[in-house]
Amino acid sequence: MTQVTRTDVVIVGAGPVGLFAVFELGLLDLKCHLIDILDRPGGQCAELYPEKPIYDIPAWPVISGQELVDRLMEQIKPFQPQFTFNRMVCALERLEDGSFRVTTDEGEVFEAKVVVIAAGGGSFQPKRPPIPGIEAFEGKSVFYAVRRMEEFRDEDLLIVGGGDSALDWTLNLQPIARRLTLVHRRPEFRAAPDSVNKMLALRDEGKLTFQIGQVTALTGEDGQLTGARVKGPDGEVEIACTRLLPFFGLTMKLGPIANWGLNLHENLIPVDTEKFETSEPGIFAIGDINHYPGKLKLILSGFHEAALMAQAAKRIVHPDQRVVFQYTTSSTSLQKKLGVAG
Amino acid sequence: MTRITFIAPDGTRYDVEAENGSTVMENAIRNGVPGIEAECGGACACATCHVYVDEEWTDTVGAPEAMEEDMLDFAYDVRPNSRLSCQIRVRDELDGLVVTVPERQA
Ligand SMILES: Cc1cc2nc3c(=O)[nH]c(=O)nc-3n(C[C@H](O)[C@H](O)[C@H](O)COP(=O)(O)OP(=O)(O)OC[C@H]3O[C@@H](n4cnc5c(N)ncnc54)[C@H](O)[C@@H]3O)c2cc1C
Ligand code: FES
Repeated sequence: MTQVTRTDVVIVGAGPVGLFAVFELGLLDLKCHLIDILDRPGGQCAELYPEKPIYDIPAWPVISGQELVDRLMEQIKPFQPQFTFNRMVCALERLEDGSFRVTTDEGEVFEAKVVVIAAGGGSFQPKRPPIPGIEAFEGKSVFYAVRRMEEFRDEDLLIVGGGDSALDWTLNLQPIARRLTLVHRRPEFRAAPDSVNKMLALRDEGKLTFQIGQVTALTGEDGQLTGARVKGPDGEVEIACTRLLPFFGLTMKLGPIANWGLNLHENLIPVDTEKFETSEPGIFAIGDINHYPGKLKLILSGFHEAALMAQAAKRIVHPDQRVVFQYTTSSTSLQKKLGVAG
Repeated sequence: MTRITFIAPDGTRYDVEAENGSTVMENAIRNGVPGIEAECGGACACATCHVYVDEEWTDTVGAPEAMEEDMLDFAYDVRPNSRLSCQIRVRDELDGLVVTVPERQA
């Protein structure tokens, strides 16, 4: 039998807004479990602009994307949120008792009375490089991620990219591949210098090939790759390969949310502005993913939405408890929850 | 005002008047030039505002900085005259600039 994780609230997406929701829900004694396809918290702030400055977070004249995430993680720590990373939330269904079941792409099952969709611009998914005809090879000989290394054993591997993913997989797969070629458009790399040096050492030992250039065409039949054309500074070369791993970064796609039976408006989830609830009672949507008149895709707005949503979520999880409005400054009961009571 | 010409993938020319200090990307969006997506809104975080700078203009426009070079790794069919248009600021010397929009943004 599959093991079921039970919690008060499942939050889909661990971007800044999902993270702050843990705080607001925590003050009302609701326990949260967050699920994100990324391997760490922070959503867009961590993935797209960790080092860039943000100037419109109240009381922070300037804060970087990553610093904002680190501070949010510190702020929600007292509430001991649980995280499941590297997982896509695939299915969301209502159970007979009115609560929800959430299932990930690896089959983990969660049950909660409330689901908060804080999915931002959608789940981060690998970018498909616009190489003509690449779709036909996807899932058979072109892969955007490595789930099981064994699938690459004794294959002629072509890895494309210059970041950490490309270099890490070059180093990890080289020992089991029959042959490995790394293609990158220039001699400089974004990846950690240490990995680059290791890769260059392997090249010097003749254990892999490094080719400067860009993949322009693929050859093969029935999804089975046989080669790739690479355009470099000195013209085009044909590289024989049976597996291609392109690493062109991530982009946000709405993904499975479209299949959850919710009303959608141009890939966004319409909500009311009192509770930020979707067309399905008990399912809330906050942050960049939602839509209402006057919506602004700002972190600030997402934080506000989290606070109001939490009040409504509380009534669903603990219908018998009265919600008393309190300030963290003066309420000893809130301070106890935060672990700062004197 | 500085004049900039965008050549769309289908060959259509878009001559636009650009304000100094704005970015080339912003002018493409404002004037509805097809093929410039600019998903990240100009933060040098998406590489979907890729253009080819006309050969005659590459020296004047200048070379990309390291951060832009890193981002260009995510673009498709990158050439020596490739730039991310959100990283080019319009200024007097660019009057008459011609850039071509690639077939596809990554
Ligand atoms: C370059 C740039 C600069 C910006 N500057 C500012 C600024 O100065 N000020 C400001 O207020 N805002 C700024 N923003 C916008 C801000 O980053 C967003 O408003 C904010 O990140 C939204 O937070 P979120 O938590 O709603 O969603 P996101 O940050 O998008 O996080 C959503 C998370 O949900 C995950 N997810 C989605 N669907 C699934 C699923 N099915 N399964 C598992 N995981 C899923 C995603 O992987 C992602 O990690 C900027 C954005 C960019 C790109
Ligand atoms: S608009 Fe995203 S990199 Fe230029």
